Amino acid sequence: MMDPINIVITGVGGQGNVLASQILGRAALQQGFKTTIGETFGLSQRGGGVMSHIRLSEKNNYGPLIPPNMAHIIVGLEPLEALRVLPEYGNEDTLFVVNARPIYPLNVIAGDVKYPDPKWIRQILIESGKRVFWLEATQLALELGGPIMLNMIMLGALCALPGFPVGGNDIKNVLKDVFSQSKVKQNSKAVDVGGDLIQTHED
Amino acid sequence: MGIISHRSGEIDVLLQGNEAIARGALEAGVLFCAGYPGNPSSEIIETLIEASKELPIYVEWSVNEKVALEAATAASFSGCRALVSMKQNGVNVISDFLIHLTLSGIKGGLVLVTCDDPSGVSSINEEDARAFAPLAEIPLLEPSTPQEALDMTRWAFELSEQIGNVVMVRSLTRISHTRTNVKINDLPDFETTPRFDTNAPFHTFPVVEKHKKRQKKLDQAMEMFETSSFNRYKGPTEPELLIIGSGCARSYATEAVEILGLRERVGILHLGTTWPLPKDLATRHLRASERVLFAEDVDPFIENSVKALAADLGNELGTKEFFGKASGHIPSTGETSPALLLEVLGEIFHISWKNSFYREKIAALIGDATPPREFGFCPGCPHRGSYYAIKTALAWDDRDGFVSGDIGCYTLGIFPTGFSQVKSVHAMGSGLGLASGFGKLEKFGFDQPVVTVCGDSTFFHSGFPALVNAKFNDSDILLLILDNSATAMTGFQPHPGTGTNAIGDRVEPIDIEAVCRSLGVDVISADPYDTEETARIIYDLIKRTGPRVLVLRRKCALVQGREGGFPYKMRVDQERCKGEECGCGRYCTRIFRCPGLIWDEPVQKAKVDEVICVGCGICATVCPHSAIIREEK
Repeated sequence: MMDPINIVITGVGGQGNVLASQILGRAALQQGFKTTIGETFGLSQRGGGVMSHIRLSEKNNYGPLIPPNMAHIIVGLEPLEALRVLPEYGNEDTLFVVNARPIYPLNVIAGDVKYPDPKWIRQILIESGKRVFWLEATQLALELGGPIMLNMIMLGALCALPGFPVGGNDIKNVLKDVFSQSKVKQNSKAVDVGGDLIQTHED
Repeated sequence: MGIISHRSGEIDVLLQGNEAIARGALEAGVLFCAGYPGNPSSEIIETLIEASKELPIYVEWSVNEKVALEAATAASFSGCRALVSMKQNGVNVISDFLIHLTLSGIKGGLVLVTCDDPSGVSSINEEDARAFAPLAEIPLLEPSTPQEALDMTRWAFELSEQIGNVVMVRSLTRISHTRTNVKINDLPDFETTPRFDTNAPFHTFPVVEKHKKRQKKLDQAMEMFETSSFNRYKGPTEPELLIIGSGCARSYATEAVEILGLRERVGILHLGTTWPLPKDLATRHLRASERVLFAEDVDPFIENSVKALAADLGNELGTKEFFGKASGHIPSTGETSPALLLEVLGEIFHISWKNSFYREKIAALIGDATPPREFGFCPGCPHRGSYYAIKTALAWDDRDGFVSGDIGCYTLGIFPTGFSQVKSVHAMGSGLGLASGFGKLEKFGFDQPVVTVCGDSTFFHSGFPALVNAKFNDSDILLLILDNSATAMTGFQPHPGTGTNAIGDRVEPIDIEAVCRSLGVDVISADPYDTEETARIIYDLIKRTGPRVLVLRRKCALVQGREGGFPYKMRVDQERCKGEECGCGRYCTRIFRCPGLIWDEPVQKAKVDEVICVGCGICATVCPHSAIIREEK
């Protein structure tokens, strides 16, 4: 395993990116990792992109930003945002875990610019990295109770990647520290659902 | 019990930089904490509010930063340790009091935390607030990690008490909003009984003597900085290049040196105590290297003080080659990054590091296919309705009217999401002050209507004096107070109008309308969701003269979402939507621009995105064919 392990989680304001990163960080800390999470949210609730950099190491606490093209894993809560960070952080060995459902920018809604075809985004990612897990996670989130469940599904997926040092059970162990008791069960289920998506994924 | 209030320490926990600052203050035994919300600083006070539920400390959201510092100073004058925190803009607000306070000196440790925001990630400037440390002649500490943020904040209180003056701690977005393992220490007993010694008053007379004394305190701090463990050197004895760095830029430099394999050739002087510059320490390191690179965010702050030192040393030091902002190697705008430090070190040492083949391949594959995400109000946001009504009223009036804007979510009125109605934005409360000036230009022939907007929290922060000014000078000012019952942009903190204070106590809410009426200003209120009626009211108000206020009141959509949500299920009747043929020019998606209302490409008609739409129902009136259907849930 690389040291540090560099993970980018990217998405749009309101998708629960910062919370997912924090939960991953807590679980990693419990596994003995030196953990650094850089959060970029700014005006995120107002429609902008949100990106977290998570760096896990057995030796050092690294800086809050991943150096260029050094992400081992890119988690896209939204496909366009995964594509956006690709040139700056991706490399030939990057793994992608991407939710397939777009959230359209306002300039796309207005017809000023086109949203790229998600199938094409998937193809670009396949050509750019090691492997792409393309997940219909929003649909499953809706079935679980609402779009807000998406972040835990994607976190469950990330932690089910082969060789990833933090497991779904490690995540589930810290949920009780973050969510009120009534929400723990539902979010635990989401982590499992995400894990199943990876286990059953067909390229 | 929350980890922040954990009494016994010596444990490793995951803390955000701002939480670490709060914990550092608690470990120093802080008793009084005050601030005004502003990203990236808000979590410091929020964390302390949580701690106040279990620890005997007092925390408040003050009405503005200056009052926060004044309130905290009272605790310091009475012998208690006090902390005040804010974003960089806030330091401008406190500056008048700060300059005088630092002449009078303080008693209990008083620490001023500023969280600067290089690149303006969540700000309307990227000011380097460090400039206030030399101006106010106070010591400045700059953490580079959350751990240092904790350790420095704790030590800042000791330093403050030892020299008898305010100590400034400068965080950055990338520290305040970074979470890492942080080792926490034991908490003290918080046992101080405040007492003001009437034999030892605090004022600035005699001015010159107090000024001299302030400078002596600074010399005392410099002496302590010379041996401070917050300044560390790592590298060879005589490096080919010496990097002097602070904050995040220092950690990016460290990683860049590793990546480029320069560990044997480059030394890094990590400076944590950056003002006043510890001169002996800096001199020793300058002697050891012919070339020096400065790594710091925004202004050439360390760079200038080291260069001034080098100039003073003159021939004794010899000629040095400096790389930094002045040489153009490190930009003095925008935040630093690992990429920047790799770029600069790569250039100085002629090392190619970029995966250019990959980057070029990807750039060619993607082309310009990634549309940017423009800022937008959230679905259900009352500001969308307010600006829609303003736009409609100003169009009816047809005299090229505009909005004088202010600071808050509604600043986004400069963008298409607010129909680009806002034509000026500067400091908190300044939209009102400007409007009071525009309102006096008529006698020179000015005939454009001006509407000024201001949020509820901003009104209390600094909007109020400008409204008084408008009344006093009988200015034609039309103020729209966009009251969403929260300080929404920074995370829904309470303010004087909300009925609760920071620690959750019920307090009598200050009634904005009553405040305006007490000034003798006409005031009415309306519902921004009812855009047609609100537009009519605004149109009517535009034609009147003198100071007048319209309160547009609706809860922030994010708050409403948490408190039970919205009543409607929205859908587009695609039979009724005429698409591009309609003649409306796709008004709902091109102009109204709510993220919940999207364009269905395959059928070329409007459609509701059920994942995004919250069901506020504002859009139901914008379609000329009534194709947007509002149904009760």
